[in-house]
Amino acid sequence: MVEPTGRVDDPEKLAAFEDRIVGGDRVEAGEWMPATYRAECLRLIQMHANSELMGALPEREWIPRAPTLSRKMALVAKVQDEIGHAQLLYRVAEDLGKPRVQMIEDLLSGASRFHNVFHYPAETWADVIVIQVFVDGAAMQTQGSLRSCSYAPYARVLRRICYEEDFHIRLGIDGFKVLAEGTPRQREMLQDALNRWWTPLMHFFGPRDKASPHLETMIRWRIKVKSNDELRQQFLRQFVPLIQEYGVRVPDAGLKWDEAAGGYVYTEPDWEEFRRILRGDGPKTRERLALRNRVHAQHRWVREAVARWEVAA
Amino acid sequence: MGSGRLTGWGAMNLGTIVPGAEHVYAVFRQDSKNDPHVHVGDVHAPDAEMALILAKEQFARRDPCVNLWVVRYADIEATAYEDADMFEPATDKSYRFGGSYREQQRIYRRR
Repeated sequence: MVEPTGRVDDPEKLAAFEDRIVGGDRVEAGEWMPATYRAECLRLIQMHANSELMGALPEREWIPRAPTLSRKMALVAKVQDEIGHAQLLYRVAEDLGKPRVQMIEDLLSGASRFHNVFHYPAETWADVIVIQVFVDGAAMQTQGSLRSCSYAPYARVLRRICYEEDFHIRLGIDGFKVLAEGTPRQREMLQDALNRWWTPLMHFFGPRDKASPHLETMIRWRIKVKSNDELRQQFLRQFVPLIQEYGVRVPDAGLKWDEAAGGYVYTEPDWEEFRRILRGDGPKTRERLALRNRVHAQHRWVREAVARWEVAA
Repeated sequence: MGSGRLTGWGAMNLGTIVPGAEHVYAVFRQDSKNDPHVHVGDVHAPDAEMALILAKEQFARRDPCVNLWVVRYADIEATAYEDADMFEPATDKSYRFGGSYREQQRIYRRR
């Protein structure tokens, strides 16, 4: 295996490593691992960490505007969980060889990515509900499957993260029921939010899988556990019935259950929009990164105070 | 990673694999007094007091907890995963397990 930087792994060590992984063993920080394995784990975990940090922002916007005090408290708790997840993940990522400060800088400068769904606006309270049920529900498919990832420190952190994501989804479903069983205006607001979020949700798992040596390696190394299509189907199987049960419409006229295929047939979303977002050109990309940069600058004094405390201690 | 003078197997200071280990604290959480302290994650902090404050916020904000420990990574010595085969018994260790002693069961069954 040749890594992009041109480093080549010792073939004997690589073979022994692959035997271990195929046998179900897991890798710990500090153990020998192929350069590409290290780079791919870092890429995955850094992207996840960035997404937790940026993913807190759309909901954070609604903390001052939450409809009731109890909804506000629950939302604060959820946003705090997401920031906590980012802390756990950056900590795991830095052991793979990239300094935490560098990861934050790359996020702030737009050099590294965060997940497509966090580039969109949260226009109404129903958007918050849709994020809690469906965005967290989508994330849960990927993260749930990666609990059996071969990189043990990531798998362990995911167990804690999934435990908290489960709370977010339950919280979201509670809010979903209230809107779905509410006044015509509430129902309309919920339907409108789901209509706007459907395409980003279908994009969430990435394009249909194309067989490639890279994908094969990722699956053999258990850095990827289920394919994009498998995860998308799993998501649809879990959430389409919930949407329909409450008389909300799935915003895809082409969506139907295919008994023979044992899965949902759906309309292919516009992938150009997905690619645009990955290039950092989403409806809210610049605004959210600007906010993150502003907050980072405003909090410089905290980092400096901590550093001085360190000197004084 | 050094090889132990007495043991022959590898031991390592975890500070050698954690960047900035002087200021990274491993957090051990005790759910109740019936439970042992378990490593649940880490925090970055300039000193132990700040590490406990951050650990409480990050690891004890939801489920019941009675106690937290924080330990600097630079202060943790560990066996090396590369030498995990030292935990494999060199000889048959079945005599250490209750399941190996079935004479009593055999007598009961005969009745």
